[in-house]
Amino acid sequence: MDFRLTDDQKALKAGVREMLTARFGPDALRAAVASGRLDRALWRDLGELGFFALRLPEESGGVGLGPPEAVLVFEEAGRALLPGPLVATHLAAGEVPGAAEGKTVVTAPGGPFVEWLDEADVVRGDTSGAAPVRSVDPLTPLHRLPDTAAPAAWRTGAAGVREGAPAGPVSEPAVALGALLTAAEQLGSAGRTTEAAVRHARARQQFGRPVGAFQAVKHLCAEMLVRTEVARAAVYAAAVTGDPVEIAGAKLLADEAAVGCARDCLQVHGGMGFTWEAEVHLHLKRAWVRAERWIPRTLAEEVEAACL
Amino acid sequence: MDLAYTAEEEDFRARLSSWLAAVLPTLPPRPDPLDWPGRRAYDCDWQRRLHDAGYADVHWDASPTQRLIFLEETERAGAPYVGANFVGLLHAGPTIAAEGTREQRERWLPPVLRGEEVWCQGFSEPEAGSDLASLRTRAVRDGDAYVVTGSKTWTSHAEVADWCELLVRTDPEAPRHRGISWLAMPMDAPGITVRPLRTLAGSTEFAEVFLDEVRVPVANRVGAENDGWRVTMVTLSFERGTAFAGEVVACRRTLGEIARAARRNGAWSDDVLRRRMGALSAEFRALWRLTQWNVSEAQAGGGPPGAGGSVFKLRYSHARQELYDTAAAVLGPDALDLGREWNPDRLSSLSYTIAAGTSQIQRNIVAERVLGLPKGR
Repeated sequence: MDFRLTDDQKALKAGVREMLTARFGPDALRAAVASGRLDRALWRDLGELGFFALRLPEESGGVGLGPPEAVLVFEEAGRALLPGPLVATHLAAGEVPGAAEGKTVVTAPGGPFVEWLDEADVVRGDTSGAAPVRSVDPLTPLHRLPDTAAPAAWRTGAAGVREGAPAGPVSEPAVALGALLTAAEQLGSAGRTTEAAVRHARARQQFGRPVGAFQAVKHLCAEMLVRTEVARAAVYAAAVTGDPVEIAGAKLLADEAAVGCARDCLQVHGGMGFTWEAEVHLHLKRAWVRAERWIPRTLAEEVEAACL
Repeated sequence: MDLAYTAEEEDFRARLSSWLAAVLPTLPPRPDPLDWPGRRAYDCDWQRRLHDAGYADVHWDASPTQRLIFLEETERAGAPYVGANFVGLLHAGPTIAAEGTREQRERWLPPVLRGEEVWCQGFSEPEAGSDLASLRTRAVRDGDAYVVTGSKTWTSHAEVADWCELLVRTDPEAPRHRGISWLAMPMDAPGITVRPLRTLAGSTEFAEVFLDEVRVPVANRVGAENDGWRVTMVTLSFERGTAFAGEVVACRRTLGEIARAARRNGAWSDDVLRRRMGALSAEFRALWRLTQWNVSEAQAGGGPPGAGGSVFKLRYSHARQELYDTAAAVLGPDALDLGREWNPDRLSSLSYTIAAGTSQIQRNIVAERVLGLPKGR
C-alpha cells in the first residue's frame, strides 16, 4: 500500500495548476465575474489539455487515465475557481460530440438546479420548465427545475435510500462520479482558502504584530488545515475505491471543508473578507452551490447511515 | 494512490489473523477495569504470547504498513490492547531504540517485548502540564548517580510500573528547553512515593509520584546530559503518530453496534440522530484513510511520524467524544447507568482532547510548524 501520489500524478497536478495560473489568474477571475459569460477559448484550451477526455481510452482519442487522476485535475479547477459546467462536460466526453475536445459545452441537472443552461450547447437530461433564479454565486448562473421534473434521486434524499448498502441514487455511476468530481473541486477550494487565510494572517498587522500570532486566529487556521486534510484523505480514497458509499461520505466531508474553510477565511480577512475586493466570497458562494449538487448533505448522511 | 496491500502484506495479515483466531479463545477472563494489578498481569500475559508468536516488536521493527495491519487485525478480532504496556511499547521503548546505547537497548528492550517489565511516564508536573518545558524536578549529580527531588503527576501506570521514563532538570541555569535530561528510573528505588489519582472514569490509571532524593545511576540517562528535550520530542512524535490507528477500527465497530441498538430501541426513526450516525460513519472512514495516508508518508520518509499526527489527533479526539455522546443519545435515560455498555467509554473519551497534548496545544503545533504562522500568544 502506498497512498501517496505517484510521480506522474504529481506532474499532472502541477501541470494543470501551472496552466490555470497562467490562463485563469486573478485578473481573468475578475473579468469572468464582470462578464458573466463563459470563456470559450479557455474551454477549448482545457479540451486540448485533456481536461474533459482524461478518462476516455487512448484509442478513442482520450488520455486513458482514471478517476484518481480526474480528481487531481478537478481539485486544481476548484482551487482556481474555474467557472462552467465542468463536471457535466467531463461526464459527456465520448458520448456528446465535441465535449471531449472542449468544443461543446454540456450541462445537465445535478440536483434541483441546472447550471449554465443559457450558455450550454447541449443539455443532457430533462430541463423543461426550468426557470432562471438569481444565483447566489456570480460565477454560476442557475435555473431551478420544477419539483416534478427533477430526477427522483435529487428530490427525495432520504426516501431514495434503501436499508443496507449500496444505496439508491448514489449507486448510479454518473451520480457517483459527478459527486466525486464535485467533491474534488470542493477540496481544491478548501486548500486555496486555507492558504489565503494563512497568507493574510502572516501579512496583516494589528496591535503591532501579525494577526496570525494571536492564538484565536491561529486556531481558526489550524482547523482549516485539519478539515482540508481529512477531506483530502476521504476524496482521494473514494477515487481509488470507487465505492458509492465512500464517495457519498467523501462528498459530505469535502462540502464541510469547502464551506467551513471559506467562512473561516472570510473571518480571518476581517472587513476585507466581507467585500468583493477579496476573492473569498466567490469561494464561499461556489461551495454552497456545489454542496447542493449530486449528493447533498442529508442524502450523504442517509446513505452512510443505511450501511451501518 | 494505491490502497491495495502487497502479497507480502496480505500474507502477514492472513498469518496474524489465523493466529489470533487460535489464541483468543485460550485467554484468561479479562480483569475488572479498575483492578490495575490484575490488568498488569493480563496485559503482560498477552504481550508474552505476542512475543512467543513473533509479533512482539511489531511496534518498533515492522514496516509502518505492517504495524497498521497489526492494529487493524487485532482490533477487528477483539484482541487485548497494549494496556499497561502502553508506555513501554509505544513511548519509552521506541525512544530507547532510537536514542539509547547498545547496552541500554539490551538491558531495557527485551523485558518490554517479553511482557516482563512495565513502564510509566514521568513527564508532567503540577506546574508543568501542557507547558512541559517548565518542569522543576531537579537532578543533582553525585558521583555516578543523579539525586532526584521533586514531584510528577498524571504518571500513567505508576501504580504497577517497574520503570519510569523520567524528565528531570539537570541544569537550572540553562534556557528552559536546554537543561533537561531523560532518565530511566527504577520504581523500587528508595525515596519514591506513589499516590494513585482516581480519574473521572473511576480508574487509577495514573498517579502522583513524589521523589525525595532518589538516586538514579548516571548510566540510566538516555541521550546526552541536558539533551532530554530533543529525546522527548522523539517520544511525543510517536505518541501522536499511529498510536491511535487501532482505535479508529474500534470506533467504526462501536458505531455499528450503536446503530444496531438504535434500530432495536426505536432511536433509529429520529432523523437527526440517524443522520448524525451517518455523518460519524463518514468521519471514521475518513480518519482511517487519513491514517493510511500518514502511514504511507511515514513509510516513505522513514523517520518518526510528523505533523500529520497532530492533524489526526485533533480530529480523532473530538470524533471519539462525539461517538460516545451519540451512544448516550441512543441510550436515552440509560446513559446514566454506568453498568450499561459505552457509558464507561464515554467517560474515558473526555481525556482524549487533553492527554498527549491538549487540542489547543495541537492547534498551535499545526499553525506554527505546518502552516508557518508566527509564534506568539
